[in-house]
Amino acid sequence: MPAYNTIVFHADRCDGCGKCMLACAQAKSASDSPQRARLEVLADDAGRFELAMCRQCADPECVPSCPAAALAKNAATGVIEWDHGKCIDCLLCTVGCSYAGIALDEAAGHVVKCDQCGGDPACVRACKPGALEYLTMARIYEEVGSLEDLFVQGLAGCQGCNTELVMRHTLRRVGPDTVVAAPPGCVPGMGAVGYNGLTGTKVPVFHPLLTNTAPMLAGLKRFYKRKGRQVTALALAGDGGAADVGFQSLSGAAERGEEILFLVIDNEGYMNTGMQRSSCTPYGAWTSTTPVGRESHGKSQDAKNLPLIMVEHRCAYVATASTAFMADFYLKLDRALQASKTGFAYLHVYSPCTTGWRFPSKKNIEVARKAVESNFVLLWEYTPTAGLRLTRSVDDPAPLSEYLEVLGKYRHLTPEQVAHLQRHIAENVATIKRHAVAEAPVSPASTPPGISSVRALQGPAASQA
Amino acid sequence: MEQTHYLIAGASHAALAALHAIRLVDADGSLTVIGRDRELPYSPTVLPHVVSGRSDPKCVFLRDHEYFARARVAYRCGHALVRIDPANRVADLDDGSRLRFEKLLLATGARAVIPPIPGLDAVPYHVLRTLEDALRLRAQLPQTRRAIVLGAGLIGMHAAENLSRGGARVTIIEQQEQVLPGYFDIDAARIIARAFERADVTIRTSARAVAIEAAAEGVALKLADGSTVSGDLLLIGAGVTPVIDFLADSRIQCDRGIVVDATMQTSAERIWAAGDVAQAASFYGARPVLNGILPNAVEQGRIAGMAMADDRALEGFRGAVPLNTYRYYGHHAVSVGSGAAPPGAEVVEYSDAESQRYLKIILDEGRLHGIFAINTPIDPGVMWQLVRRRLDLSAVRARFLAQPREMGRLLMSSLWR
Ligand SMILES: Cc1cc2nc3c(=O)[nH]c(=O)nc-3n(C[C@H](O)[C@H](O)[C@H](O)COP(=O)(O)OP(=O)(O)OC[C@H]3O[C@@H](n4cnc5c(N)ncnc54)[C@H](O)[C@@H]3O)c2cc1C
Ligand code: SF4
Ligand code: SF4
Repeated sequence: MPAYNTIVFHADRCDGCGKCMLACAQAKSASDSPQRARLEVLADDAGRFELAMCRQCADPECVPSCPAAALAKNAATGVIEWDHGKCIDCLLCTVGCSYAGIALDEAAGHVVKCDQCGGDPACVRACKPGALEYLTMARIYEEVGSLEDLFVQGLAGCQGCNTELVMRHTLRRVGPDTVVAAPPGCVPGMGAVGYNGLTGTKVPVFHPLLTNTAPMLAGLKRFYKRKGRQVTALALAGDGGAADVGFQSLSGAAERGEEILFLVIDNEGYMNTGMQRSSCTPYGAWTSTTPVGRESHGKSQDAKNLPLIMVEHRCAYVATASTAFMADFYLKLDRALQASKTGFAYLHVYSPCTTGWRFPSKKNIEVARKAVESNFVLLWEYTPTAGLRLTRSVDDPAPLSEYLEVLGKYRHLTPEQVAHLQRHIAENVATIKRHAVAEAPVSPASTPPGISSVRALQGPAASQA
Repeated sequence: MEQTHYLIAGASHAALAALHAIRLVDADGSLTVIGRDRELPYSPTVLPHVVSGRSDPKCVFLRDHEYFARARVAYRCGHALVRIDPANRVADLDDGSRLRFEKLLLATGARAVIPPIPGLDAVPYHVLRTLEDALRLRAQLPQTRRAIVLGAGLIGMHAAENLSRGGARVTIIEQQEQVLPGYFDIDAARIIARAFERADVTIRTSARAVAIEAAAEGVALKLADGSTVSGDLLLIGAGVTPVIDFLADSRIQCDRGIVVDATMQTSAERIWAAGDVAQAASFYGARPVLNGILPNAVEQGRIAGMAMADDRALEGFRGAVPLNTYRYYGHHAVSVGSGAAPPGAEVVEYSDAESQRYLKIILDEGRLHGIFAINTPIDPGVMWQLVRRRLDLSAVRARFLAQPREMGRLLMSSLWR
């Protein structure tokens, strides 16, 4: 089943100005009366807002309620379309719909409903506070879904593994003209580098040491370049290798501006070898080397901010991402890919680990999302010309407790330890804000201009696929 | 003998909703749909518009052959079910063929009731239930000068409007004291009736036909009060009754329709019934009811399909709610729920004869019991949800009574998130 674009409503950002309704009435009915809009923002007594509009249902109730076959779901766009020529004005569709998504427009004399303005909704354009958002992520899924998965089937990751998600998505997008370095960690651990003489990828892959990933990859890239071949040199490394023992060589490669894409999957420790702490493990976290007992209460140091250190190398591109925000992730992946053609690109993806962090495997994306929403993890990007820019607002974070309580590795935390974490987060936020370009607006990476760049970057390889 | 896992008798709203629900969870089970009509599936509801010429009879079909092919459904049109043997799970069709089924849905709908009026069988008359009926009636329109419509239900009212728009003088005869009984109270019915009278349609309520005879013009209808109405076209819209003739010796329990439980199962195992043919729980009373409206057929069809395919998401039927949307002479009327206010219920009514607007809301213990509107916009689907969910409106009572549409939208939007 295809994925579709959708209009989402962020009630917390709505100020009730009604400009969306006016824009809709003008666009669809050439009228300045908000009554003629196909969406309605409503305030409850507590001043909270709700939105009544068509949900473009997957299994709509309006369609089977129509006796005249005047309604149908467009398989390509997902929009429920209404055919004026067939409609007999019986209003039975308005009985089927539970959300007032289709209603009689008295002035027009027939039912009307949202059609998403053919892909550029007027309401979204009119909404200044960003309460209405046209989510075009579906198109990314559609595009990427049509690309070949360049890992083999049956990799032996843990159930619900986020790392597998990150690496499969990444390689699909980066494409077949790639050589992959997979230093020790979960990526080769689940079989990416292969066994019995076969690789786990459909592209060349090698297994460097933790200490020499970046220079080995850089050497290969230089070799291909000398041979006149355009390949992407991609490292899929863990946080331990990158931030600890492999850091010296990573720093060197970044400083030299090697043309590689170094992607770090940060699961906050050495999870593959038995959940030991790394310098990216957060304060207070349980690991097998920072146990919880009478003497030890989890890790006693704060996590190293590796991506920020990479910014200080003035890399061609540095960004942080999360699998809970895929549109943002894809956009950054595309930018990193582009940057790696001329310089060092570094992408740091936060990746919850069901086994090592102790939470139910089905909750991976929820955990990833809560990490971002609570500011435990910050999403931003950096280029030497544009500086550092937050890609998701750090204002109004969700309570930290919502994040901590899902994770077994923080179950033991005392109020003092939580307070410590909170201070550390506040410091992080302050530091990032200091780095951030003051005038650069916080803009989610999922806005339509981003999509066009995904399209533009897709290149000839994709059209062959 | 030919075998099919799922057999669906009927090819209209209830049948198609069931088919869809089955295919959502069982993509492969063999499925056969038999429909008595020779055409692709269509809705009886569209027929008044075929009569008026607004709908092209070639463009009213609810599905095409490609749909059935894609859904891997054997669609056999022009075949009627004539007998079923529940014990051996065999269905007999009118062409003599037999089908063995694992699960059977009876979605054969209803047909027009022909009232036992002396003389009726000796004169020509029309009913409106099938495409054939509609085309026959349409062909008759141009030469019709004076039409008699027997019954002021939805079918009769639609037909009367079409006939009068086509230039005929129309008289509607209704036994009860108002038009559209069951959906609107007498005040609302008066507002609707007035629009007809303004268009020169004569409405005779509390009028009972006692005899019919052929007359020079066509037919003459004698009423209980001694008067006579004559015309050149007679349309019977005196209600509908379930199509159940094939049940003769099946021992499946029937009352006015086929009696079903909350999953639409009949008294026989592996046999379900849904739509106009079924008699299911009422939302309002203990006695199971017929509820011959399209939304009811869709809902019951879906439930039956889910039950037949063992869909674990199935929730039982919450009871039939009378519902209607009605457009006449450019006006619009909506009724949701029961108009019979229980003792102690709060009834709020606004009515303005001048603007022909009307709104009546019945709240029972803070919950929506029924809402009826003429030329006053409300969202019937939202109201239906408020009724069936028995949502307690006490906290928002004042605003709901003042702005039912806004409040209903607010509630449903928040419940969704
Ligand atoms: C003129 C008119 C106007 C209407 N207007 C409205 C309205 O405005 N609003 C509303 O809610 N409802 C309206 N209705 C009622 C609505 O159309 C019905 O409630 C709805 O169609 C019921 O659907 P169903 O699937 O149960 O049965 P039906 O639509 O009656 O379909 C029955 C199906 O069974 C088939 N069938 C019958 N007998 C056999 C057999 N022996 N073997 C095999 N197949 C058989 C038929 O071919 C048909 O496909 C109207 C009805 C009419 C006639
Ligand atoms: S009109 Fe209502 S039922 Fe139809 S697709 Fe929109 S929200 Fe769903
Ligand atoms: S009003 Fe039009 S679109 Fe809605 S159910 Fe009736 S015929 Fe279909």
